[in-house]
Amino acid sequence: MNAVVGTLARTQARDALRSRWLFVYTAFFVVLSEALLRFSAGDANAVVSLATVTFTVVPLGALVLSTAYVYNAREFTELLLAQPVRRSSIYAGLYLGLALPLTAGFLAGVGVPLLARGGGDPALRGAVVTLLAVGAALTLAFTAVAFLIALSVEDRLRGLGIALGVWLLTAVAYDGIVLAAVAIFSDRPIERPLLALMFANPADLGRVLVLLQLDVAALMGYTGAVFARFFSGAFGAIAGAGGLLFWIAAPITAGTMQFRRKDF
Amino acid sequence: MTSTIAFREITKRFGRTDVLCGVDFSIASGSVMGLIGPNGAGKTTLLKLLLGLAQPTSGEILVHGERVAQHESYRARIGYMPQITRLPENLTPAELLAVIRGVRGHSPSVDHEIIERFRLGDYIDTPLKILSGGTRQRVNAALALYYRPSILVLDEPTAGLDALSSTTLKDTIRARRDEGATVLVTSHIMTELEELCDEVAFLVDGRIGYVGSIDELTERTRQSNLERAIASLMIREVA
Repeated sequence: MNAVVGTLARTQARDALRSRWLFVYTAFFVVLSEALLRFSAGDANAVVSLATVTFTVVPLGALVLSTAYVYNAREFTELLLAQPVRRSSIYAGLYLGLALPLTAGFLAGVGVPLLARGGGDPALRGAVVTLLAVGAALTLAFTAVAFLIALSVEDRLRGLGIALGVWLLTAVAYDGIVLAAVAIFSDRPIERPLLALMFANPADLGRVLVLLQLDVAALMGYTGAVFARFFSGAFGAIAGAGGLLFWIAAPITAGTMQFRRKDF
Repeated sequence: MTSTIAFREITKRFGRTDVLCGVDFSIASGSVMGLIGPNGAGKTTLLKLLLGLAQPTSGEILVHGERVAQHESYRARIGYMPQITRLPENLTPAELLAVIRGVRGHSPSVDHEIIERFRLGDYIDTPLKILSGGTRQRVNAALALYYRPSILVLDEPTAGLDALSSTTLKDTIRARRDEGATVLVTSHIMTELEELCDEVAFLVDGRIGYVGSIDELTERTRQSNLERAIASLMIREVA
């Protein structure tokens, strides 16, 4: 990380850490985790519920907060662009300055209640670590997607609308689309296309990775069940982690390219 | 007289709209050029092209004889004061100045002078969200002037400033000009431009309608001051 990126990331992170929205975001996960751990019938159920809610809320939080952040920071960004600095360094600094506090907020919100219980059931530690890692990866991925949206769409309301549309598609409508595809093409061999569809949605991919650790395939959606059958064991974890890394790297790369050529 | 900044046949198109059409003029070294025009004339776009925030559709911009293209090093000589800017609200002026230092990679030689000049000492550790609009604008001025740049690009610099701060800023601009700095300033306040500028460029519908001294303009339009002269030009454009 060069000095410019470090300076901007620290500055933006400081701004975020002093803001109310990050506190609310973190507090939400603390309350959610505490409530599920306290009132669920067993730690395994709590982790499953936590994963389900987390992988719906993390994309929403990252998309909405990051899209709004990019639009709000437009004038500050212009001031930075008027300095003798490469655009790619400014992009990296702004991205890390938001993505890292959001990730820290999620990790603290979910991790602290678990740590307060001594880490919970030792048999569930793999699932908990995966939950935290996937949540962090989804934060990084959807923050990058939000940056790409906000840099590509001039109109703020339209940008926020597209961000919400991406969330609805990935976190809510996706399983329905896959089920519809299965129903329509049920007489054909569709396992490979389904596999590709699963990798096309980082939220679904993350959820499957956590649930695989819990051996609760029955609780998974159809996409998850197919994923479990194809990728159970270490290979599944590696393939899934690779998929998530792709979902972090691809929008960051596209966002950097967009930032470098954009007219402000 | 040599020119520090030269716009050569600049055209800028956004979608199907031509925002700037063949803009061509130079700014002499050590002078103050006022950029005048009605809202939407393309003034801010021209400033953004000079700063590299946007790229011209055609034409070229020269700074000290070198073409402004993809490299960013020329911006080390430029101080930019945008029109009322929203900066990160939880940061303090001291932290913002530190960001600029961190981004530029070295400290200016006149660190405290600029803070005192714009009376920011009492607010230096106060978050921006608590500061008044005028004080924030003084922070913007300090950010632009921090490194004693040889080129100043100022977009409506006195908007939101009280009389004392406005006078301080104008005195500072004149002092920098006397030291050899080149200034490009936009404003809707014609008396302010009369005070500051050696020359003015009148931009209307993305085209240059006039470039030259204020005296020449008032003489040509047979008006008593800059405001009336510009109004006269605008009436001619409409007709």
